[in-house]
Amino acid sequence: MKGEILFKNATLVDARGEHGTADVLVGEGRILSLSGGEAQRVVEAKGRCLSPGFFDLHAHLREPGQEVKEDLRSGLEAAARGGYTDLVSMPNTTPVVDRAEAVRALREKAAQIDRARLHPAAALTQGQEGQVLCEARLLREAGAVLLTDDGRTNEDAGVLALGLRYAASWGLPVAVHAEDAGLRRGGVMHEGEVSWRLGLPGNPAYAESARIARDLEVVRYVWEALETRPQGRSLLHFQHLSTRRGLELVRQAKREGLPISAEVTPHHLTLTDAHLEGLDPLYKVAPPLRTWADVEALVEGLLEGSLDCVATDHAPHTEDEKSLDLLRAPFGIPSLEVAWPLLYTELVQKRGFPLSVLVARFTDGPRRILGLPPIHLEEGAEASLVLWDPSQRRTVDPKGFASKARYSPWAGWGLSGWPLLTLVEGRVVFEGLG
Amino acid sequence: MSGATFPKHLLDFQEWERAQLESLLETAQMMQEVLARPVKKVPALTGFTVATVFFEPSTRTRISFELAARRMSADVVSFTSSASSTAKGETYRDTLRTLDQMGIDAYILRTDAAGVPHQAHRWLQKPVINAGDGWRAHPTQALLDAFTLREKLGSLEGKKIAIVGDILHSRVARSNAELLPRLGAQVVACGPATLLPGKLPGASLTTKLREALEEADAVMALRLQKERMDKGLLPSLPEYIAGYQITEARLAWAKPEAPLLHPGPMNRDVEIEGTLADSPRSLVERQVANGQAVRMAVLYHVLVGKR
Ligand SMILES: [Zn+2]
Repeated sequence: MKGEILFKNATLVDARGEHGTADVLVGEGRILSLSGGEAQRVVEAKGRCLSPGFFDLHAHLREPGQEVKEDLRSGLEAAARGGYTDLVSMPNTTPVVDRAEAVRALREKAAQIDRARLHPAAALTQGQEGQVLCEARLLREAGAVLLTDDGRTNEDAGVLALGLRYAASWGLPVAVHAEDAGLRRGGVMHEGEVSWRLGLPGNPAYAESARIARDLEVVRYVWEALETRPQGRSLLHFQHLSTRRGLELVRQAKREGLPISAEVTPHHLTLTDAHLEGLDPLYKVAPPLRTWADVEALVEGLLEGSLDCVATDHAPHTEDEKSLDLLRAPFGIPSLEVAWPLLYTELVQKRGFPLSVLVARFTDGPRRILGLPPIHLEEGAEASLVLWDPSQRRTVDPKGFASKARYSPWAGWGLSGWPLLTLVEGRVVFEGLG
Repeated sequence: MSGATFPKHLLDFQEWERAQLESLLETAQMMQEVLARPVKKVPALTGFTVATVFFEPSTRTRISFELAARRMSADVVSFTSSASSTAKGETYRDTLRTLDQMGIDAYILRTDAAGVPHQAHRWLQKPVINAGDGWRAHPTQALLDAFTLREKLGSLEGKKIAIVGDILHSRVARSNAELLPRLGAQVVACGPATLLPGKLPGASLTTKLREALEEADAVMALRLQKERMDKGLLPSLPEYIAGYQITEARLAWAKPEAPLLHPGPMNRDVEIEGTLADSPRSLVERQVANGQAVRMAVLYHVLVGKR
């Protein structure tokens, strides 16, 4: 059998587990064999891990209209370097992605760039204004995979119910940024001992859980009234969970069988409100960094599966914007290039989190939410893969980022797990082998 | 405390120890004596240039700092800008770095947002003095409060100081809660439930005015911003007055002779009964006079260092 790339002695890790070493032959966009063969290129992968390509359900690539922060080229390059083969872009751009033509334009441009594959999300309501529903059927036909008004919150429960019902009829999940605008008020960080001491407007944990509680009732209402209930699919997806209480509500609702899913970000799994002590807007993000008790709960939720996936909420801004004061600087942390090494180091290496579970939350977890089949390391599987190095330690240096946001709350952290090679359907989209 | 080294900036009191603060207040005492002379000028800061950089207007505080610097023979430049022009993209960083090219030796910084003095301290290699940042800190105000209190009460050891008003949004309350306990005092912060933080390190919190005032050695009333009503945090002004205005009758709950302070500018007949503000119990004018001496001492310590 003749292939294009042969990974010799690669350690195989996918969502099902760790499968020891194998010689993985890739060709024609597929895994041709797990027992070697001839290839044009041989990659010595001893001591390195091969996994299905990562899938990010939540990234802000800022195109169209905010290219000064990020664009498709820099964002998809950053994703490929981070081991991502697939990425869902958020629609809160200028203008908002709420029409089929806009979705098509994004996909065509991304295809030419040929880095990570782009799966655009479109707005749930026109202009993300929370009033008139978008054309779910036409958007899906154009390639939109998810509807969301992220960047804003869905204040009107009636509109959300209509949106859920309508999107479900066209097979599209809806994602929400669950925060109650009234409880959040002007909060720029977690409300608690640190915000009170620093004199910064606080955003209470209950702003998130109160909104999740309401939205769960909306899902229940819509679900009971649906004529046909698509099994195993998520109707409503909760973005970037940040609180222990929010997680408890999601866990309970899942036990009751509600069709929901939830994600957690790298920053909510590794940082807390204590990082705001230095008064640096670098750590200003929505929802805000919470407490260590929340971090512990979220790690537990990720392990047990109450949290289906890790999603970056990669939210780049310019360095000038992030140098404004804490009231005026925009919310957001960029993380596409560090998400995997960060969580591999902090969760797997330091806390003994099971590796295959973390891989599952970067691969099968997000794919399932969109109704996509899993990718496992077996003959015939799609060769969208990442080769990464579990041992070599490297310091995070944002100056070398492909993303236009060349700053990071993890700058200077020593991490392992860095991606070395990313393949999309057998094509190399990131080459990081020395 | 001669020979004691000082933080080369005054952002808040986190890095300041009691001995340093005592020494600073002693220097302020000496500056007070300078200000009592016919020629109110010393050469201590000759050759230094300080900049007052106010992104939030405050004529009183700016004049107090500028006079303090001039009385010590420093050159003074002032830069005033509004938050709105900052929002338009002229960043603090650009402004400060531009000024830094002009040979400024120390910055006196005022902003409506918490944390900018810390950010500036990271961007600049020069001393930064916080002249008020958002709701967070106003250290020279707290120092002049402490100075004024000591003038009246002597040592603050074991003294109970009541701070009354909008605690949640008050940099004055936060800085005093940080400073006064470092000088031995006990701080009780009191205000309407919607204007209290959940916790305030250095102070105990209560909504009960009588509880706060009883046995108090001094009472400080804070300015009530009218915008709190617009944001729905207070039902009305009369409601606030009914619950929290410091009146002569209520001041009687405190120790006899307990003085009354206010950081200014005062809303007469809102947070303080007008006649009380003009009575001998009020130290408001003394606070303003002391502000200059305290700011001279701060500039001296930050720029020259040890005595
Ligand atoms: Zn969001």
